[in-house]
Amino acid sequence: MEEILSALIGGLSLGGIYAMIALGYTMVYGIAKMLNFAHGDIIMVGGYTIYVVMATGSPLLAIAAAVVVCVALGVVVEKLAYKPLRGASPLAVLITAIGVSYLLQSLAQIVFGSAPKMVTVYQFGTVTFLGATVQVSALVTLAVAAAVMAGLTLFIKYTRVGRAMLAVSEDRGAAQLMGIDVNGIITLTFAIGSALAALAGLFYLLKAPTVSGTMGAMPGIKAFTAAVIGGIGSIPGAMLGGIALGLVESVSYSFAPIAPYTDAIEFSLLIVILLVRPTGFLGRKRREKV
Amino acid sequence: MKRPGSKLKHHLHFALIGGITAVLGVLTLTGARFDSSLLFLLEKIAISIILAVSLSLVVGFLGELSLGHAGFMCVGAYLGGKVSALLVPLLGNGPAAFLVSLAAGAGAAAVCGIGIGIPALRLRGDYLAIVTLAFGEIVKSLFQNSSPESFGGALGLDTPRYDKRYLFLFAFLLVLLTVMVVQNLIRSKHGRAITAIRDNEIAALSCGINVTKYKLLAFTLSAAFAGVAGVLYSYSNYTVQSLRFGYNYSIEILVMVVLGGMGSIPGAILSATLITFLDTQLAAILTGDLAVLQNLLYAAILIAIVIYNNAPALKGFRDKYNLAALAKKLRRSAPDPAAVRDDAAKWDVVPTKIDMDELLSVDIADRGHQEGGDDP
Repeated sequence: MEEILSALIGGLSLGGIYAMIALGYTMVYGIAKMLNFAHGDIIMVGGYTIYVVMATGSPLLAIAAAVVVCVALGVVVEKLAYKPLRGASPLAVLITAIGVSYLLQSLAQIVFGSAPKMVTVYQFGTVTFLGATVQVSALVTLAVAAAVMAGLTLFIKYTRVGRAMLAVSEDRGAAQLMGIDVNGIITLTFAIGSALAALAGLFYLLKAPTVSGTMGAMPGIKAFTAAVIGGIGSIPGAMLGGIALGLVESVSYSFAPIAPYTDAIEFSLLIVILLVRPTGFLGRKRREKV
Repeated sequence: MKRPGSKLKHHLHFALIGGITAVLGVLTLTGARFDSSLLFLLEKIAISIILAVSLSLVVGFLGELSLGHAGFMCVGAYLGGKVSALLVPLLGNGPAAFLVSLAAGAGAAAVCGIGIGIPALRLRGDYLAIVTLAFGEIVKSLFQNSSPESFGGALGLDTPRYDKRYLFLFAFLLVLLTVMVVQNLIRSKHGRAITAIRDNEIAALSCGINVTKYKLLAFTLSAAFAGVAGVLYSYSNYTVQSLRFGYNYSIEILVMVVLGGMGSIPGAILSATLITFLDTQLAAILTGDLAVLQNLLYAAILIAIVIYNNAPALKGFRDKYNLAALAKKLRRSAPDPAAVRDDAAKWDVVPTKIDMDELLSVDIADRGHQEGGDDP
């Protein structure tokens, strides 16, 4: 019982991390109609920024620096690599994004070496909750993820800029005709996604305190899976998919016989869900017009 | 309307590979000994060409992005390696065991190809890319966690040591087979159906093309050849490690296809050869932490080439400065109208308005040539 409870809480907090990363994927997909394959590597850059700035000894400064660096990087990547390809075939954009991902990973390995680095941001303790031992960091992650998701939902629903984002994702051409600065909105989307990736990087470090050049690859792919399961382009879908995937992963890890197959289980889940519902849980079906 | 010499041009890469194989084959059979590192390089190049050409069938001609090509190769390597390990004590370490394990590896990979082809019918574009990626990761994870008796588990599967002197000959024969099958398919009625699906699936469907059949055909065939490459890999390396066949390897193959020019088989062959060759050369120079410089280089080249080839803003620049224009300038002759031009990079640029200047500037004699030449 205690084990199940701690697996569930761990799963919820992991799901919160996945949901934050998946939000970046899904918002960019909704607005720029592209899969930003390099999103996972933004997490890694956030991780290394925290590692560098933690030399000053201040976690808050490190977090702030990570957010700033990631936002700047996200915007620069968008301007240099993706903007010239607006209007080109989706396959070309996707391959460029894969190239950017590779570029960031190898740059990080050149600058920081290939050996993983240890970094302790802050030592949270554990608490006992209904007999189960729970990491405080998991609870913090859960709380921050919930706050971020609520804030983002409110921002998109009730502010002018947020509604402009919705309009661009609905119909880019019409939004432009209504006087919305489409390029600005796309840049803003990348900035928000990258800031969320920086936060996700922070919580990843609270869970496993090592940074390496490829630390973003697996969480990136998993969060991408989560976004697709939830229905890519849908913001509530990304949250739902992230939480669902986090729970599956955490529960699967806590059962010894199936623990080594956790990755296979998660990816099989993706294939099964896509076969049953090709647009994910909350994705909208787009009719193709001739 | 075929021009004399056009046939040779289509088969130039073919003749080249065949010629190299024949020369090396005769040398080997007459007793010449090659350096083992050279043989290993040749085997690696052959494996890369098979992978790139088979992936090109799905990415370049069918127009679906597959990020799990290494997964199919992994299935081929493990199944083929296992079969050969079982057969060698019975049949001896000769061509018989090699061919049977080749069939087993290719068959197993083809079955997986059908398995991925079925979701491919319902999904497209980005969704399909993630499914193929998931497939590759699932395969890797399953072999990684297999029991030591079945597929070696985390330590990897040991395969029999085939006589290294002849392996590269088999490898090059398989390259010839792959190129022949894929090229003949593309240039047949079925291949035109496949490229029609890429250019516009709805239009293809309304012309009575059986989209289901051709998508499955392309995926299955591509997977089967990846399986062949896998079996060759297992023979070439004596051991199969599932970690080698991760997502990164799939991307490496994709880079070969993209650098060669999507929808071009000679391009895929050339870039697979060059990249594999450079890989081994750079690996000798760049050691330790510097080894990543190589990845950095590939990534930068990949981004630059894709942006150069696809950016709408660079269209004028591209039309003015490219290899075809340069060659034309040098030769001052008309382009060969019989050549199969398959410019996949622009496949979804549908002309919405007719450019009158361009239309009027083409002289009538030239147009007649081109219309006749498109239909062999």
